[in-house]
Amino acid sequence: MTRMLLRGNEAIAEAAIRSGLKCYFCYPITPQGELVEYMARELPKRGGVFLQAESEVAAINMVYGAAAAGVRTMTSSSSPGISLKQEGISYLAGARLPAVIVNMMRGGPGLGNIAPAQGDYFQATKGGGHGDYHLIVLAPSTVPEAAQLVMLAFELSDRYRVPAMILADGMLGQMMEPVELPPPVDPKGIPQRPWAVTGAKGRPPNVILSFDLEPQRLKEMNLVLQETYREIERNEVRWEEMATDDAQILIVAYGTMGRIAKTVVRRARKEGIRAGLLRPITLWPFPYEPIRRLSERVPTVLTVELSAGQMWEDVRLAVEGRAKTPFYGELGGVVPTPKEILSEVKRHATG
Amino acid sequence: MELGVIFAGFGGQGILLAGKVLARAGMDRGLEVTWLPSYGPEMRGGTANCTVVLADEPIGSPIVDAPQALVAMNLPSLDRFEGRVAKDGLIVYNSSLIPRALKRSDVRGIPVPANDIARQLGSPRTINMVALGALLRALGAVPLEAAEEAMAHELRARGRERLIEVNQRALARGFSEAGKYLGDR
Repeated sequence: MTRMLLRGNEAIAEAAIRSGLKCYFCYPITPQGELVEYMARELPKRGGVFLQAESEVAAINMVYGAAAAGVRTMTSSSSPGISLKQEGISYLAGARLPAVIVNMMRGGPGLGNIAPAQGDYFQATKGGGHGDYHLIVLAPSTVPEAAQLVMLAFELSDRYRVPAMILADGMLGQMMEPVELPPPVDPKGIPQRPWAVTGAKGRPPNVILSFDLEPQRLKEMNLVLQETYREIERNEVRWEEMATDDAQILIVAYGTMGRIAKTVVRRARKEGIRAGLLRPITLWPFPYEPIRRLSERVPTVLTVELSAGQMWEDVRLAVEGRAKTPFYGELGGVVPTPKEILSEVKRHATG
Repeated sequence: MELGVIFAGFGGQGILLAGKVLARAGMDRGLEVTWLPSYGPEMRGGTANCTVVLADEPIGSPIVDAPQALVAMNLPSLDRFEGRVAKDGLIVYNSSLIPRALKRSDVRGIPVPANDIARQLGSPRTINMVALGALLRALGAVPLEAAEEAMAHELRARGRERLIEVNQRALARGFSEAGKYLGDR
């Protein structure tokens, strides 16, 4: 396989196409413009449909339609655009439709700015739209991992009939790194969709709805969703650990902060501080169990995020008071340097 | 080995491309690389910049607080980044546009009159490759030939094949220019 030098946005687009993406709908927004450009250029040449919709709301509802028709489909945007898509995402979840949504987060709230941020964690992991639902949320920390997780997102979304989100930030979208991509998936390997609306000739019609006026039936539908979520929690939690064996201070960070934290751990160790890292790869389902396990022997668990402390809440739920749980975050698109995070590590490791 | 390099200059000085050529050349020689551009409002603040990391192991942070090398194409860029360069690091600066000497005495300084050289080559826009050539000589981590191939790749991808030859000369001129200063402190 050849190594390609790609931006995160381009790697995500290429990986999606190789996953058998058939329909991509978007409304452009920075900092994920290169993803849209790549799709516009490549997808039509490779047997798919690229469509720039009139709005984010239109784009997510086109995703709903394409998913209902049984093809692999995706949309991408950045924070304010993802907010606009929430109604459609809730409908996808309610109708049990597989789809992939990419959020290259930027500074918020409101129109915010276009710098990297992680302020959409709550929205992504706790159900950003209405109703009792979850997305499978995958958080890549490098460009190659972004490509890999896009392919996984399509796979898991199909397997569980739950929409999957790639939650990354503007930095990962803009930066370039060498990527080796696997060959395109064999279309025969993509799961059958006997539930899809593909024309009912010779069979009873399939109906796809997120709507049931009869409470008992809607409850049954919700129970199916909840059972699916429990199954995902059992099977799909993913995380990476670095230098946790003898750690005295554990950093928990995801996405680009997760990779910056690796540099911090290396430097801390050089200075004699036994730091370790746990990097959640799935944000939902969240790796509560490995953090709980580590908190039994690590006295300090430091959460580092580009937010005011959103994942921090899940870390504290995992730690349940067994360790100190300080937090370090930056806001508004400001990204801390390794040195700044290291000084936080030192402060809490000695304190 | 892990080397962080910051390229900085005005928008339009080819800063992002110079960084990309270095990153691609490093990748082609089997190194791990990251290329991180400044984008958006920052670019309107007078300087465009990008950070390239070259390493022989997986790269953690693509953000570098103390780069081993700085390529400064204009005065605001030198003013902004000079203080951040690692001790014993390297600063390649465009002496055509930067009217002052370095303030630091604990780094290697390589003044390169990039605009003058590029003008002599008949292609003022090759200043980025002149500076990159000088950097490569002083850095030693990536051979000139790798950068030539990477530059040709980037220009072909942009449909600018006809500019490959002059950019090759620009790289070579920068490379030999830096030779004058090596070993000096």
